[in-house]
Amino acid sequence: MIHFDAELLNSTLRLATPLILAALGGVLCERSGVVNIALEGMMLAGAFFGMLGSYWTGNPWVGMLLGAAAGGAFGLVHAFLTQRMKLNHIVSGVALNIFALGLTTYLLRKLFMHAGGSPPVNGLPMWNLPGLGEQNPLTELALAGTLLMTPFLWRTPQGLRLRAVGENPEAALAAGIRVGRVRFAAVIAGGLLGGLSGVYLSLGQLNMFAEGMSGGRGFIALAAVIFGRWTPLGAAGAALFFGFFDALQMRLQGQTVGGVVIPSEFMLMLPYLLTIVALAGFAGKAVAPAALGNDEATASN
Amino acid sequence: MRRIISGPAFALLAAFGLGAMAIWVSGGNPITSFGAMFAGAFGSGPTVAETLVKSVPLIITGLAVALGLRAGLFNIGVEGQLLVGGLCAAYVGYAVKLPAVVHLPLCIVCGMIGGAAWGLLPGFLRAKRGVHEVITTIMMNYIAFYLTHYLVTNPLKDATTMAPQTPEALSSAWLPAFGGLHAGILLALICLAGYAFVMGRGVFGYEVKVVGKAPDAARAAGISVTGTLVRAMLISGALAGLAGAVEVLGVHHKFYDQFSPGYGFDSIAVAFLGGGSALGTGLSALLFGALRNGAVGMQLATDTPREIVTIIQAIIIVMAGTKFVKNSSGSGGGADDPL
Repeated sequence: MIHFDAELLNSTLRLATPLILAALGGVLCERSGVVNIALEGMMLAGAFFGMLGSYWTGNPWVGMLLGAAAGGAFGLVHAFLTQRMKLNHIVSGVALNIFALGLTTYLLRKLFMHAGGSPPVNGLPMWNLPGLGEQNPLTELALAGTLLMTPFLWRTPQGLRLRAVGENPEAALAAGIRVGRVRFAAVIAGGLLGGLSGVYLSLGQLNMFAEGMSGGRGFIALAAVIFGRWTPLGAAGAALFFGFFDALQMRLQGQTVGGVVIPSEFMLMLPYLLTIVALAGFAGKAVAPAALGNDEATASN
Repeated sequence: MRRIISGPAFALLAAFGLGAMAIWVSGGNPITSFGAMFAGAFGSGPTVAETLVKSVPLIITGLAVALGLRAGLFNIGVEGQLLVGGLCAAYVGYAVKLPAVVHLPLCIVCGMIGGAAWGLLPGFLRAKRGVHEVITTIMMNYIAFYLTHYLVTNPLKDATTMAPQTPEALSSAWLPAFGGLHAGILLALICLAGYAFVMGRGVFGYEVKVVGKAPDAARAAGISVTGTLVRAMLISGALAGLAGAVEVLGVHHKFYDQFSPGYGFDSIAVAFLGGGSALGTGLSALLFGALRNGAVGMQLATDTPREIVTIIQAIIIVMAGTKFVKNSSGSGGGADDPL
């Protein structure tokens, strides 16, 4: 039987934290009109450099900063390639994902003489917040980010500019908004969040780095962005939903529900399946930012 | 100047230059590293044979990606299609008893059908509903990972071992082997010739090119855009499935979990560097086969990790990618969902 208890809720929150952080990064990036399938690579880079910062200094907070910076650097490269070099957004994302896998495994072997994993490092301490109990600070950041991003995008001039650039860059340009600059900022900020989601994997969950440890979570986060219709609350909600199923499949391993064993693989497939269904359902409706993937307005500035 | 910069030679030069810099910055010697890599790929008869064997799936999957790109489709789902095709071939290989003349072709055809089936849904959604194939094929990859993992750890598992793999295929389903090579190389050459013929002279190849370059013109000329897109995706998937079947029937003789070292992802770089032609794809598949094979020897002989190849690959995709895929939403085949 499935028991819905505090522990299931807690493990949902734990598993959803990296998804929420990366999905919020994805929302920022894609709302500005830049397709981001590089979340997976940003996450992996964040996880590796987060570990490395903590390994070098013994201080997990330094690790967190380094991991976030690595994600941000990936964002910077993505913005440069797509906005300045006019590379197709998807091609750039594919290349960055492959680059992240190559770079982190290369450095892992080079620095620690061994593939597979890093030595254990100091992880982030838990914070006790009233009402939430003992939580990782990054979980708290993810929840705070979820609540703050909606007013940011819809109630501040910066948020309005970001969305304008993603919906109609030509009009934004005519209104005096520097389209390229806004997109650079949005993609770098998205990269920082993607990097932090990776830091959570290496310094929040395992206290080490394992080869390829993002394991497709960046794509689940992308799925959450789509499933949540490119809104912060929707994306975070979808991330929580996917995290819940992950927690549930861990709980159910080897157990029977009504006399049947549900293979964990089928529950792990769920985010991917649901995303295809959602995309098929959205077809023809205007849910994505209208100028997603369109760079014509940044050709001149 | 622009022509040179977007050409494959410049992409290679830039990628190897940056790769050499990465080796040097991380405290290695690029010259001895690349030398050891070359020796690892071409140093002796057996290593050359191994390089060719490693190139076979890259030729076939490279063509799969290239065909998609010509039609304006970016099939990132080759890895998943390859896994499903490989599993279908392995299953028919051990579960069905037939004489070799029938058994081997049947296994190959089943592998191709499996791969094509895995490409059908993304192709259909793109053609009929305008859903961008990139996202759906990425999702289909992960579904394939989990599905094949489930099948080889549960219903199709070899009961005599702990390993997550199918029973060994009957020898009537094996691709004939000779001198460190297997007959998959002939299949790869047939694919190259077939691709060159269809793209150069075939009606289908013409339709693919028109749909990829100018879908509105294709529609005006009476070419069925949806039909062409679905067919291109099916053939791309069938090629990916063929590559999986060839690996299973020629090298491993069974399907084991995670048998592909990422051929489906290597194939993207192969296709980009190859520029969409049969000759280019063949040559760049050979290059990547040599890199992947040589990197193993390089890692043993020097302290440069073999992942330098993956880094080089990413740079090649960036350098060669500008030429291929246009940078505005809706280009090629009219996907109206601009993901």
